[in-house]
Amino acid sequence: MGTTAGRATGEPDAERRRGAFSSRRVFILAAIGSAVGLGNIWRFPYVAYENGGGAFVLPYLVALLTAGIPFLLLDYAIGHRHRGSAPLSFARLRRGTEGLGWWQVGICFLIAVYYAAVIAWALRYTFFSLDGAWGADPEGFFFGEFLQAGDVQVTTDVVPGVLVPLVLVWLAVLAIMVLGVQRGIGATSLVFIPVLVLAFAALVVQALLLPGAATGLDALFTPDWSALTSAPVWAAAFGQIFFSLSIGFGIMITYASYVGRREDMIGSGLVVGFSNSGFELLAGIGVFAALGFMAQASGVPVGEVASDGIGLAFIAFPAIISEAPAGALLGVLFFGSLVIAGITSLVSVIEVVISAVRDKLDTSRRTATLVVGVPAAVLSLVLFSTTSGIYVLDVVDHFVNQYGILVVALVSMLVVVWVLRALAGLGEHLNVHGRPRVGAGWRVLTSFVAPVGLAVVLVLALRDDLAAPYEDYPGWLLLVFGWLLVVALPVVGFLLARLPWRAGTHLDGPPPGSDPAAPLQAIPTTDPPAGNPPVTGHDEGGTR
Amino acid sequence: MSTAAIVMMVVAMVVIWGGLGLAIASLLRHGAVEDRTEDRRRDP
Repeated sequence: MGTTAGRATGEPDAERRRGAFSSRRVFILAAIGSAVGLGNIWRFPYVAYENGGGAFVLPYLVALLTAGIPFLLLDYAIGHRHRGSAPLSFARLRRGTEGLGWWQVGICFLIAVYYAAVIAWALRYTFFSLDGAWGADPEGFFFGEFLQAGDVQVTTDVVPGVLVPLVLVWLAVLAIMVLGVQRGIGATSLVFIPVLVLAFAALVVQALLLPGAATGLDALFTPDWSALTSAPVWAAAFGQIFFSLSIGFGIMITYASYVGRREDMIGSGLVVGFSNSGFELLAGIGVFAALGFMAQASGVPVGEVASDGIGLAFIAFPAIISEAPAGALLGVLFFGSLVIAGITSLVSVIEVVISAVRDKLDTSRRTATLVVGVPAAVLSLVLFSTTSGIYVLDVVDHFVNQYGILVVALVSMLVVVWVLRALAGLGEHLNVHGRPRVGAGWRVLTSFVAPVGLAVVLVLALRDDLAAPYEDYPGWLLLVFGWLLVVALPVVGFLLARLPWRAGTHLDGPPPGSDPAAPLQAIPTTDPPAGNPPVTGHDEGGTR
Repeated sequence: MSTAAIVMMVVAMVVIWGGLGLAIASLLRHGAVEDRTEDRRRDP
């Protein structure tokens, strides 16, 4: 029996107000939308190429099956059983662990702030593609004319060409968030994910028809079997799976809390996990087919044109677009895909913060969206629409990923598994309606394989960063926007956990009626009353 | 493309996209069973 904060609980009403996805299909599409992001398109292909090519398939699959999906199911179980945002779910696991949830919320807030900027760049480049605005020098155009990047310093010199699309991105995303879980996030996913798959499939077809495409695919898939004995290659596989699945920092906990109590979370997790990897494979084929064309056109090996991240998207791809037949179409498909994939991921990241604020303060969605979204948007505009935005973004992205997400995911997992010893109960919860059932194998993978995999990735990253300054940035930049930031996150998280919950919040254990095996009539379902349209009935709106 | 590259590309496609197909099929099959079970529970 749990305790409540304040007056008698009205938990079913509270849960109804939180909102919910109208169906399993909507949840799966939203979860895929979260998982499939910029990293699938611009990170996976190069990671695979650099770490054994075709041979990378093996560690990648091992990482997916032994760490990625088990960890994803753990997140699902926590959120689905405890029916709350990350802080509320952890508080319900045990009050003292609430800070872990706020730590995750802080990371999501930071990611949202800089992720929007990259989407804004991609949005602008979608239009640049139409006339090849970068001319013969994509790199000079990107850093010079577009970003107007100067010396490595923090400035307030605004770049209008970045500011305007960034404002548009924030307006679009906040509009989605105000609409709520189903009408905003769910409806966006229902439209965006099929469009993303179709657009990227069209890009892949076009890329495969380019001369030299086979050379690129040969470079990507030719196996280097010696890579299988390299620890960094295995760490790269675990890192890629971990970063691309959106696990361990609150997103999947939050989304799972919006799913009907009787849904199959195991089957859903398998679909989400394989969909994410399926899209990565598609991205690898499309990107390397295009790089093969570029290599052949330039008369150089694929290795000389291959890159990842910003270099791939905003320097290599514009060069390809300039050379390729129907390059404008290729550009619109590529950058349009980045925008769509980015927005569905950004929405999921912000929802972690909004959901936590709503749970804690009992505010309406509209208020919570403003409380979270306006400061995030302002910070984003101030930091990343300036001539120094690229440097700050690069540092924050690196440190938040390597030491924010990785550490909080590892600590959260260890606490749930080894301190709270909650794995058995969570597994039982998943098994009530989930197939195939999880058992001892899942518990072993979650207790040992996944944490060890994450720990190795973390140690290797730490070794690299201690050996040499990241990208040779000045120490003060790395200290302020890197180390201090990631150290501050857990401190702020555990301070926020000291704030009181809204009156009536059920704490210390799953909320009443959360048992998915309970008789149907005893379950305070989030389903709408009979006769009401599902969409409105599942949404909390902004009226409170 | 070399034979090894073609083989690895096909293996990756079969395992990952095949895994996705199996996961979807399993979910649909199990979902249908659940629906029938719930129908019986609603209308004994």
